[in-house]
This record gives sequence, structure tokens and C-alpha cells, in this order.
Amino acid sequence: MRQHKLALCKEHYLEWIPEQTERFIKKYEMFTREEKILVAVSGGKDSLSLWDILVRLGYQADGLYLGLGIDGGINYSNESRRLAEKFAKENNLKLHVVDIEKEYGQPIPVMAQISHRGYGKPCAVCGLAKRHEMNRIARDLGYDVLATGHNLDDEAAVLFGNTLNWVSEYLLRQGPVLPASADGLARKVKPLCRFYEREMTAYAIARGIEYIYEECPFAEGSQSILYKETLNQLETVRPGAKLIFYLNFLEARKSGNLFIEKNMEMQKMHPCPKCGQPTSAPDFCSFCRMIEKMKAEITSSD
Amino acid sequence: MAVKLILRDKEYEVRPGMALVDALKKNNIVPESVIATRDGEMITDDEILRDGDVVKLIAVISGG
Ligand code: SF4
Ligand SMILES: [Zn+2]
Ligand SMILES: [Zn+2]
Repeated sequence: MRQHKLALCKEHYLEWIPEQTERFIKKYEMFTREEKILVAVSGGKDSLSLWDILVRLGYQADGLYLGLGIDGGINYSNESRRLAEKFAKENNLKLHVVDIEKEYGQPIPVMAQISHRGYGKPCAVCGLAKRHEMNRIARDLGYDVLATGHNLDDEAAVLFGNTLNWVSEYLLRQGPVLPASADGLARKVKPLCRFYEREMTAYAIARGIEYIYEECPFAEGSQSILYKETLNQLETVRPGAKLIFYLNFLEARKSGNLFIEKNMEMQKMHPCPKCGQPTSAPDFCSFCRMIEKMKAEITSSD
Repeated sequence: MAVKLILRDKEYEVRPGMALVDALKKNNIVPESVIATRDGEMITDDEILRDGDVVKLIAVISGG
């Protein structure tokens, strides 16, 4: 299984990840080497690794760090900014920094309080502001593509939530690429969407990337973490489950078979010649076939 | 002596001679949610733990 990739020696592992990333970039037609890419960098393992990989592959990738103004007793924003800036400096890369408080007068937690959005947690406001600012900077500075570090576990957790609630409008939009909109929003891509979170952690460690290990304090007890933990328990007993969940979803949507009503119409049903129940099998229904087969076996073994 | 597993501020002791994956499961740690290192090097799930090993576990789950 895939897990065995972690058993590759360090050198090969560090080659394998960019090779696979390149394959996904091509497969999903994310971007070319002529396009300008803006990587959303949080200081975490995924976004810093993504930046590292794209640069190693020879893409034109600059970074964007958004200062959210979150302290939470662990100096979260300052520390993550320090790590993002350190990575940029050490690798001679261009990092744009936007500080929400400087730009709009208040840090995210205060903004959330004042606007009364999001039931005591700033995450709704934070997500809204992040999307808005990423789009704004990409447009104002003329980037073709906005790349984020979402990994397979992130995508599987989002899909799990959207499936539990059957939010079809989100299910129709979730994927490795969201095309540019007519009114000027940049294309959005997730080049790491097929790597396990565990694989990305291993990459960051093996590459010696210094990333922020502490969570944003507001992430504690969040739904996405609950979904990830749940899916990891499943993965432990059924290796490959997360990847199958995500890839089969992409496949089902692409083929137009995701929604059941449509599917039912397309399938031609006819009555089973033996029992009369509707079946899509060419002749007898599956049950009648099973009974026939069983009878045949019993007589042949007599 | 024994084998020590460290995850954030928690410590677990296990018997030597066990595979890492079994040591994790025995302590209700989901193997898929951590990466294990020994002396700064990553080790895989099937690694047999030896007496005196100190295994540092790095949580992989992030997100909000
Ligand atoms: S958990 Fe994520 S969305 Fe919520 S406040 Fe922190 S960074 Fe923003
Ligand atoms: Zn706006
Ligand atoms: Zn029948």
C-alpha cells in the first residue's frame, strides 16, 4: 500500500513527493511553468512544503502570508509569520505579507466579536477574510493561480462533512481545481490533494522545514479535526480508505453518476422472468440466479 | 529499562520487542495520526522497539 512509501529511504522519499506532485499538476491541468503562482503560506507544514516543492520543480511561485492577529497565549500569528519569513529568506523567495489589523483596523478575533458572526469562534470570519484577501492580492498583483496546501486528509474531511449534510452545492465545487471566474477571481488549485497528511508531515521533517507545530488555538475541538480523527481510525483498519473516498467521489461526479435520481432514470429495469421483481441484470435477478446456482451445486455434488 | 513513547506532554511506557504499530495501538494512539522519530530519524510502523528507545511522536493532524 501507499504507506510503504514512508519506508523509502530519505533521499528517494524527497524525490518521490515532487515527482508525484508534478504528475498531479499535469493530470488536473493546474498550471504551467509560464504562469505566475501565488502560494498561500500559513507557516504550517503543508503550505511551506508546497512552496518548497513548487520551487524545486521550477515553477514561478511567490508566497502570501496573512497576519490574522491571533495570539491565544502561544503568540500564534507572530510565530507563524516568523517561520514563513524565515523560510522565504533562507530560500531567497518573495513573500507578500498582509496584516489584517493594519489593513482593516482590527485583528480577526475582534472582528468576529464585533460582527457577531460564527457563534463565539472566529473561524467563519477568519475563513471569509482569508478567501477575500487571497483573491484580492492575486488579482491586484496579477497572479494567474492561487495555490493552497490542502492535503488528502483536509479534502477527505471536508468531503465527509459535506456528505454527512448532503450539501450538494459544495459537493459540486470541491476538487483539485476551481477554474478562474469570469469576473476576475484567480484559478484555485490544490497540488497536494492526493498526499496523506502523514506523508506531508514526513516530507516537512525530512526536508528540515521549520514549521509551526502548535495549532491555531481556535482549531481545538473543531469539526474538521473530529472528522480527521474519525477517518484516521477507519484508515487504520482499512488502509487506503481516505484515498478511495476522495478519488471515487471525483470520479463519480465527473461521470455524472453522483446523484441518485439521475442514476435511477438511466438504468433500464425489467421484471425478472422467474420472480417478477424489477432487476437491471440481463436475465434473472441476482437473487434468483444465486438460488439457481446453489441448486445446481447441490445436485452436482450429490 | 523499557521503551518510552512521548506525544506532546504525555509519556507512555511499553515493553521492548514490540513493533511500533502495536505499541501505538496498545496505548490507543491512532498510528495514522502520528509520525514517529527516534534520535531525530523517522521510523516506520513495523520497526521493532528496543530496550531504552525513546520514541518521539509528532502529531500530524492540523486544521480548523
Ligand atoms: S482555526 Fe483556522 S479558521 Fe479558525 S481562527 Fe484559527 S486559523 Fe482561522
Ligand atoms: Zn470584497
Ligand atoms: Zn427473480
